[in-house]
Amino acid sequence: MSEHHIKLPEGSIEKTTTTLNLGPTHPATHGVFQNIIELDGEKIISAEQTVGYIHRAFEKLAERRPLYQVTPITDRLNYCSSPINNMGWHLTCEKLLGVQTPKRVDYLRVIIMELARISDHLICNSIVGVDTGAYTGFLYVMQYRELIYEIYEEVCGSRLTTNIGRIGGFERNFNDIAFQKLEKFLKEYPKVLKEFENLFQRNRIFMDRCQGTGAISAERALNYGFTGPNLRAAGIDYDVRVHSPYSSYQDFAFNIPVGTTGDNYDRWLVRNKEMWESLGIIEQAYRKVQEFKGAEAEVFHADVPEYYLPEKKDVYTKMEALIYHFKIIMGETKIPKGELYFPVEGANGELGFYLISDGGRTPYRLHFRRPCFIYYQAYEELTKGSMLSDAIVTMSSLNLIAGELDA
Amino acid sequence: MALSYDILQQRLTDKFEGQVSNFQESYGMMEFEAPKEINLKVLNFLYDDEQLKFRFLTDLCAVHFPENKGKELAVVYHLHNMEDNIRVRFKVYTDINQPDVYTASGLFSAANWMERETYDFFGVNFVGHPNLKRILNVDEMDYFPMRKEFPLEDQTRIDKDDEMFGRG
Repeated sequence: MSEHHIKLPEGSIEKTTTTLNLGPTHPATHGVFQNIIELDGEKIISAEQTVGYIHRAFEKLAERRPLYQVTPITDRLNYCSSPINNMGWHLTCEKLLGVQTPKRVDYLRVIIMELARISDHLICNSIVGVDTGAYTGFLYVMQYRELIYEIYEEVCGSRLTTNIGRIGGFERNFNDIAFQKLEKFLKEYPKVLKEFENLFQRNRIFMDRCQGTGAISAERALNYGFTGPNLRAAGIDYDVRVHSPYSSYQDFAFNIPVGTTGDNYDRWLVRNKEMWESLGIIEQAYRKVQEFKGAEAEVFHADVPEYYLPEKKDVYTKMEALIYHFKIIMGETKIPKGELYFPVEGANGELGFYLISDGGRTPYRLHFRRPCFIYYQAYEELTKGSMLSDAIVTMSSLNLIAGELDA
Repeated sequence: MALSYDILQQRLTDKFEGQVSNFQESYGMMEFEAPKEINLKVLNFLYDDEQLKFRFLTDLCAVHFPENKGKELAVVYHLHNMEDNIRVRFKVYTDINQPDVYTASGLFSAANWMERETYDFFGVNFVGHPNLKRILNVDEMDYFPMRKEFPLEDQTRIDKDDEMFGRG
């Protein structure tokens, strides 16, 4: 020991580990996540998560909102793929109310949902790239996310928190610009995705950073309630779109990609493959939509005027519309009693809506099964013993969205 | 033979001699309830049995029924048998004055945070939970906000002026 070494007072405990407070706001966490990490050198001994920084009491808020007013709340769960949340909520309501949607509506919904899945996976995978030191991919694919957002914009008028559609279908038919943009996307995107894939998939640095880090076995992943790409990367082929199809997913042919090791690399690969599958689904759905002729080609919602607000100009000129407008605003619409759980395949896992209706205009209780809230608790197990820099990659490859986590 | 709700009901009734009750099916999902003292026994049976295999905890939450005296809080488990692709909803009711329910976190790691969330919002005390503290709300909170006695703010309230938001 040298002369200059700091001498600790007699009897004090020498702490050999470092406590690092990572977050709640840190450029590498991509969201409001706090981790109190205990480090031995660069190795993680333990990580304690604090969540709830952006908790907004959605479940309580939903208890005072009529069904159609809950949709904007769902936007703010996983805001990287809001349309899936919106559709999930509409489908839940439709199941409660017994509404049958026409096939064309189902296919249009599938197009929007798969676009949302692509944009979500695109962000997640390119962020994994950013965290391993490749910023280019992220910037490059951003313009195609932008194109997807432009399609949403044509359909519903907004981009991020979409509030897209309504109970029974959409507010309006897709216009020509929306279809043109969709065609442009279908034409140009495969090349871009291929290039994005080339940048990472067999990249030595990327593989070294991702392979073997943040791994989880299939058994543990199931026990931890993993769903979506994270579960599939561990080797379990569970996909809500196949196991309990909704919105006519049974009409489409697609594969469920699965991984084997459940590590960061496999998660990346599964998401990447899923984007190709989604692209295939969109192509099939678009073809099916084009097959509708005559009056059928104009259908964009089910005939359930009692559940959505009529157009304002109709309210002023038509008796029926005025009556429905009044009934909806005053809460006179009949809502059946019931209790149901409805899952959809969100971009990061099984997004479930547990709804109890007591026959009143608002839900008696609404619980969101938020996939990333459930699998984030495995973070400590995933990172224990690994390097701090790997933990950062693990966090982004799990596709954690703070809005969904904290609800 | 693939598992069906009839078989499940038969197995549960045989095993627990009628303690598991109130079987009903709505919107394509079967639900049943059991006394809260045997919740772990039921969950374990559903998990371990070679025919039932409900090994995935989809969701865990609570519901407050203030009118239901003595059984005000319901803890709701959604379980999934992925092999046969069959889901069930399982409920236990508890008195709000003594909301003790055994924790399922030993069986499902996923239950850890879901039970913390349920505790946070409804005050269900999960006996045996390794780290039962608030998760989404602040630690200093001394009430359970999702219970029905806490209504949301009156929407017609007009006494909110700039002063209240520090802009006066």
